[in-house]
Amino acid sequence: MALDKNGIAQRIAQELQSGWYVNLGIGIPTLVANYIPEGIDIEFQSENGILGMGPFPFEGDESPDLINAGKQTITALDGASFFDSATSFAMIRAQKVQLTVLGAMEVSENGDIANWKIPGKMVKGMGGAMDLVASAENIIVAMQHCNRKGASKLLKACSLPITGVQCVKKVVTDLAVMDIDPDQGFILRERAPGVSVEAIVAATEGQLTVPEHVPEMQLD
Amino acid sequence: MINRIVDNADVALDGLEDGMTVMFGGFGLCGIPENSIAAIRKKGIKNLTCISNNAGVDHFGLGILLDNGQIKKMISSYVGENDEFERQMLSGELEVELIPQGTLAERCRAAGAGIPAFFTPAGYGTEVAEGKEVREFNGKPHILEHAFDSSFAFVKAWKGDAAGNLIFKGTARNFNPLMAMAGKITVAEVEQLLPAGQLDPNEIHVPGIFVHRIYQGSAFEKRIEQRTVRSRS
Repeated sequence: MALDKNGIAQRIAQELQSGWYVNLGIGIPTLVANYIPEGIDIEFQSENGILGMGPFPFEGDESPDLINAGKQTITALDGASFFDSATSFAMIRAQKVQLTVLGAMEVSENGDIANWKIPGKMVKGMGGAMDLVASAENIIVAMQHCNRKGASKLLKACSLPITGVQCVKKVVTDLAVMDIDPDQGFILRERAPGVSVEAIVAATEGQLTVPEHVPEMQLD
Repeated sequence: MINRIVDNADVALDGLEDGMTVMFGGFGLCGIPENSIAAIRKKGIKNLTCISNNAGVDHFGLGILLDNGQIKKMISSYVGENDEFERQMLSGELEVELIPQGTLAERCRAAGAGIPAFFTPAGYGTEVAEGKEVREFNGKPHILEHAFDSSFAFVKAWKGDAAGNLIFKGTARNFNPLMAMAGKITVAEVEQLLPAGQLDPNEIHVPGIFVHRIYQGSAFEKRIEQRTVRSRS
């Protein structure tokens, strides 16, 4: 069965390693914070200017001076720090942040990502996404494998205006975990529980390399 | 001590004219200069080019200047929260330039630091890079971006003193220190305006040299855009 949003977040959380500073985008990526494995020490960075971001505040404790990049009220954990926007993107460009997780409308087989604009329809802007994808060493995209009409969002080439070139290293969808390699395109690493390799092949428009053995994801 | 205090928001706008390029601190509605925006609305200054990470929401923040047709152009990184903004943009009344958030921040910082331009990897290979010089450093392509040129910067701080020194609270800092540095004339409104000597010099975020006019703000609404909480149980 295909994963729901929480399942995607749970699988991505398995990639977290102790000592990492992590930036989570809006949407499914935000849910990753709910599934940090036991014994893993990480800090969340939000690009509007906080390291050491904590969970949502208890009702009545919310502050207009303490929000994340999604403009949601948050808390600051012990050891947190606040800083200005130039300092925030300094740490992003200089690769002090080890992992970026963000959503996408399309990803191409060479690692291009599109997630900021649908010409004539949605023009919200890129926010910090272009800075993040241009600099981050380790980018995981969290997304649905297909759009609502059933068309693949994992393409040979992005049809929408791109956010960054050849930057995505890993994609986790409701159907599969895939790495991206410049020569082999999407490489199928894991299947969602009960989802067949054939179903994933059918749902992927871009080049998909299928190894001999593709295990099922292990989610508790 | 050089005294930077002015009486109120209206006095602080002295010299602001139609057609100028101005900066507004804040991220979403967090840390926006509410009093200065209200004073600009009241004074009816028109055809402004506004540099601000976001464009407010309907009828609040920069939304009140949009409602009144006072903004000619917005330079922002994310503008998704405002129906009137979208209407004006799609009808062509409002010109919009979208740029990456880190580039926006660095173009402010550069302006305030005497750096005319810089190279950044953000936006390479995208629409943002069109027409811009590309250079490779360490095997990676970067695009040339220029410092902003802004007549006024309007910022908001938590505490300030008569010398113009500023301290921010939480994530309300965001673009405010960078824009304070960048403005040819920087106007700061503060929640608490104190006599010189009442702020610890070790804890100043923006030295007063960057702040030309400071005033005590009033009736801060400090609206929350997305109130998210968890239950106590």
